[in-house]
Amino acid sequence: MQNEAAHTQAPRKEMVTCHDFLRELNDFLDETTDPALRAELEKHITECPNCWVICDTTRKTISVYKGMEPQPIPQSIHQKLMGLIQKRCGCGSESHSGEEPPVEGQAPSK
Amino acid sequence: MEGEPTQSAVVSDAISAEQPLVDRARRGDAVAFGELISKYERRVYRMARQITQNDEDAEDVLQETFLKAFEHLDSFQGQSKFYTWLTRIAVNESLMKLRKRKSDRTVSLDENIETEEEPIVREIAVWDDTPEQKYSQEEMREILDKAIDSLKPIFRTVFILRDVEELSTEETAEVLGLSIAAVKSRLLRARLQLREKLTRIFKRKGDQILGYAK
Repeated sequence: MQNEAAHTQAPRKEMVTCHDFLRELNDFLDETTDPALRAELEKHITECPNCWVICDTTRKTISVYKGMEPQPIPQSIHQKLMGLIQKRCGCGSESHSGEEPPVEGQAPSK
Repeated sequence: MEGEPTQSAVVSDAISAEQPLVDRARRGDAVAFGELISKYERRVYRMARQITQNDEDAEDVLQETFLKAFEHLDSFQGQSKFYTWLTRIAVNESLMKLRKRKSDRTVSLDENIETEEEPIVREIAVWDDTPEQKYSQEEMREILDKAIDSLKPIFRTVFILRDVEELSTEETAEVLGLSIAAVKSRLLRARLQLREKLTRIFKRKGDQILGYAK
C-alpha cells in the first residue's frame, strides 16, 4: 500500500484511475472525502463498471455486518455474571485481579 | 449540513445520558451496574467471540471485562463513552486470550503491514439485491462469522471495532493504540477481503466472477 504520507487529498489535475479509486474507497464510503475529490470519484464510478461493483459490494459488505444484531447471550452466562457482580458488591473490597484496566486514552498492552 | 449534530455533540449526548447510571454504579449500586451489563453484554460477548473465535474464551472475557469495569469504575473519568471504555477492557482481555492460545507473532497488533503490497481485488461480481432475504438469519450469521473468522487478527479486530461495533476511526485508534492511518489502512484491507469472500456467496446467480484488471 502506498505510504500514507504520500496520500493527499489535494485537487488532482489528472483523471482518477481505478488504483486511485481503490485507495480512496474507505473515505469515499465513510463520506469523509473532501467534496472536490468526491465528485471526481463519483464521476469515475459512473464510467468504470468494475469500480462501481467494488464500491457497491463493499458498501453492502459493511451494511450486512452492521445489520446483524448481537444474539442474546445464554441465560446461564448472564445469571453467572450477575451473581459474580452481586457477590463482589457484597464483599466490597476484595480485588478480582491485580491487573488494572486501561485508563481512558491509554492503549491496551501489545 | 445545517442543524445536523456533529459527531462530538452526539458522543457528548451519549455520555450525558448514561452518566447518572454510571455514577450510581460507581457508588457501588449493583442494580445500576446490572443495567449497564444488560445493555452491553451482548455486544461485549459478540466482540469477544469474534476476536477470540472461541465460546469459552468469550465467556471468560465477558466476565473479566465486567468485573474489571465494576472494580475500576473510579478510573473511568467520563471523558469517553462508557461503552468505549468497556470495549477497551474487552479488547485487551480478548487479545490476552488469543495470545495464550497462539504464538505472539500471529496476534501482534504491531505487525508492519505498511510495507506489504497494495490491497488486492481479485474478483468482481454484482450481488443479489437482497442476500438478507435469501438466507435465514441463522445462515447469514454463520456466513458472516465464517468470513470474519478467516481474517488475520490485525484486520479482524479493526473491522469489528469500526464496522460491527461502529466505533469511530479515532475511538478505534485509541482502543487499539494504533495511528489513525494504520486503522484506515487495515480497515480497507479487511473490508476488501470480506467483500471478496462474501462475493463468492452472494453473487447474482448466473453472473461470472471477473478478474480485476488494474
